[in-house]
Amino acid sequence: MSDIIDKNIDQKKRKSLKELAGATGIAMAAQFNPALVGHVFGSDRPIKVGMQLHRTGIGASYGRWYERTAAATVNLINQEGGINGRPVELIVEDDGTDPKRGAEVIEKFATQHKTDVAYGTLFSHVVIGSSPRAGELKLPYYVVSEGYHVASGALNRYVFQPGITDVRSQMISMAPWIAENLGKKVTMIFPDYAFGYDHRDYFSLAIAEQGGEVLEMIPIPPTESSFTRYFPKIPRETEVLYHVLVGPGVLTFVKELGQFFGTRERPRIFGYIDSLEAVDFATPQLEFLQGTHFWEAFPRYVQPNQTQHDQYFRGQVGVDQNGASVNDPRDISTYSHMFGCWETLFIIKEAMEICGYSGPENRSDLVEATESLTEFPESRNHPQGSKIFNGKIHQCFGIQHISRVEDSRLNVVHTTSIEDGLYEPETDYLQMSL
Amino acid sequence: MINNPSNRSVTLHISACLFLFLFSFILSDYHQLIITRIMILSIFALGYNVLFGYAGLLSLGHALFFACGFYAAGLPIYHLGWEVPFAFLFAIAISAVVATLIGAIALRTHGVAFMIVTLMFSQVAYLTTLHFSDITGGDEGLVLPEHARSFEIIGVQFDLTSPQTRYYIALGLLSVSVLAVYRWVNGGLGREWVAVRENESRTRMLGYNTFLIKLKAMIISGTLSGGAGAAYALMFAYIGSTFASIQYSIDALLYTLLGGAGTVLGPILGSFIMFYLIDFFSEYTTAYLLATGVILILLMLFFPLGVLGTLKKKWFHWIP
Repeated sequence: MSDIIDKNIDQKKRKSLKELAGATGIAMAAQFNPALVGHVFGSDRPIKVGMQLHRTGIGASYGRWYERTAAATVNLINQEGGINGRPVELIVEDDGTDPKRGAEVIEKFATQHKTDVAYGTLFSHVVIGSSPRAGELKLPYYVVSEGYHVASGALNRYVFQPGITDVRSQMISMAPWIAENLGKKVTMIFPDYAFGYDHRDYFSLAIAEQGGEVLEMIPIPPTESSFTRYFPKIPRETEVLYHVLVGPGVLTFVKELGQFFGTRERPRIFGYIDSLEAVDFATPQLEFLQGTHFWEAFPRYVQPNQTQHDQYFRGQVGVDQNGASVNDPRDISTYSHMFGCWETLFIIKEAMEICGYSGPENRSDLVEATESLTEFPESRNHPQGSKIFNGKIHQCFGIQHISRVEDSRLNVVHTTSIEDGLYEPETDYLQMSL
Repeated sequence: MINNPSNRSVTLHISACLFLFLFSFILSDYHQLIITRIMILSIFALGYNVLFGYAGLLSLGHALFFACGFYAAGLPIYHLGWEVPFAFLFAIAISAVVATLIGAIALRTHGVAFMIVTLMFSQVAYLTTLHFSDITGGDEGLVLPEHARSFEIIGVQFDLTSPQTRYYIALGLLSVSVLAVYRWVNGGLGREWVAVRENESRTRMLGYNTFLIKLKAMIISGTLSGGAGAAYALMFAYIGSTFASIQYSIDALLYTLLGGAGTVLGPILGSFIMFYLIDFFSEYTTAYLLATGVILILLMLFFPLGVLGTLKKKWFHWIP
């Protein structure tokens, strides 16, 4: 309760007394221990990074790996001297993958933990629900969400997505390969809520630009636990079945899809790895996926052309060659998303160093410094690959991979370029006041 | 004069509101922010308590009314550019209409059937918000535009980005709600609700139209819940389907049971306890919901009628 009663009506008077006492104390301390003065003035006050984490709720499997990745990154940054000579402290709060709790966590970071930034959110509804609070509390908020919401201009100047490409860009970059190699007549199966709508809206546009068409859109309600009744809606002339589902129903979905097609000739199948992040491809129900294709941002299974940066990243976070935890081969990572936590922390570090960040009073400088960034070359700090960053829309653009399921593992068959995923910006956050 | 039970209870309720006002001067920024949220959710619980605590009708679908006000306030602002006060009044009116319609249908059932019907209506509303995502923003939701972060009433400007402004608006709404509910439950209407709760057949036999009595409870309950939803959307500038989910129906029930059903201040107390338990334990353990659950079980063991309900039964019979 003591922290509740930390203000009173006579605050000004008390503040003056405190300042007088503080100044006297510091002057005396300086006589005896100069290092103590540095400590008091905060020169080694840690940079506090508030991590808004999906520890519970539908995003928990992602949250577990986001936390491990963030912890490994902070550990590395601290080993190398921290940010502006100050250690980084990661303060984690569970948002329950819930937008209401997410907004509360942002308030807690800004006013109780007094973090310098908030960071690490994945699920779109949590990002969108939290962003008004981050903007009004003027807390720079770096999300690792993949949604198009940041680049769309729906949020505010304090929200950034510099470490992972958005879904719209991913689809634009992959549509040409899909149209050329898998087919142009597509049926889409997607969750009947916002996450699915990004796919519905932007993939249908992207495939149309390649001369293709979406024959049927099959939205699946979020409460659905059996999918058999949806499959007869798939038109016979479908060449590509595009699927993206998230949650515990995915295994049932794949199993029932396999039962539906049986030994009949099936269309080519393209899916988003989001469906199977943290799921082992050797799971018996997933045999039907052999020969199908998936989008991956960062290949889960080590590829023949593995970079030294991927190797280093795996070593630091504790991921083996199959994308599982080095401590438990059944604990599969969310490899196509979690690299964003690693890269985003290094971007925060870079921006803080550019503006000489010293504390919350520099938050607006930090925003402008982040906006001034333009590219992140492939490196140890950016192991997924090179990216360019558009400060106007607060969004980065990187390479993507299309992988084929072979022998219960994913092998990359195509890699896009950054330019493949570029689109015309639809907003300019720089026009918003700080 | 203070020994008069009626005066004591009036004093208690006014003091509770006054306490929250004075408390604002010593609150830290963080607690000011979360108590603002708690006060709005308390209005929701207060509304739920009218139906459950006083009229004895256990609804599992009150998220519908909360969401009704939530969307009725947020959508006209987002799509039509309405001003905040109009949107708020509109949301309250819509909530009252919806509560009347739902009540007219659901109150034809009793007991478990009533619970199921209200739950079904609520689920329909939730899925509707997802289905019409082009309008509602669905699961991702919508951020309210900049113009909705301030408003003017008779020349006075209110800045909704200011934590202090939000706190005092929430306190004002809560105080009005507390005093209104207090007046209702201490008047003839409140006695009719309790009569229906205790023995509906006997009340009907005495010549009362119990359907109408319950419908009034439903309308007041739904309107208060909708008002809370509207205030929540406007204060925090976000609307999304999560707020229509069953979790919010259960939250209102939990707040009421924990604080004490059938007491005016009980649901408010329950909201505070629940909120702070989750906030406290989440700092120390990932199993914070488990820890909160254990505490709730212990509380219910020692306070079977809720905290205030048990205190009322044992010592403070005058609490309404």
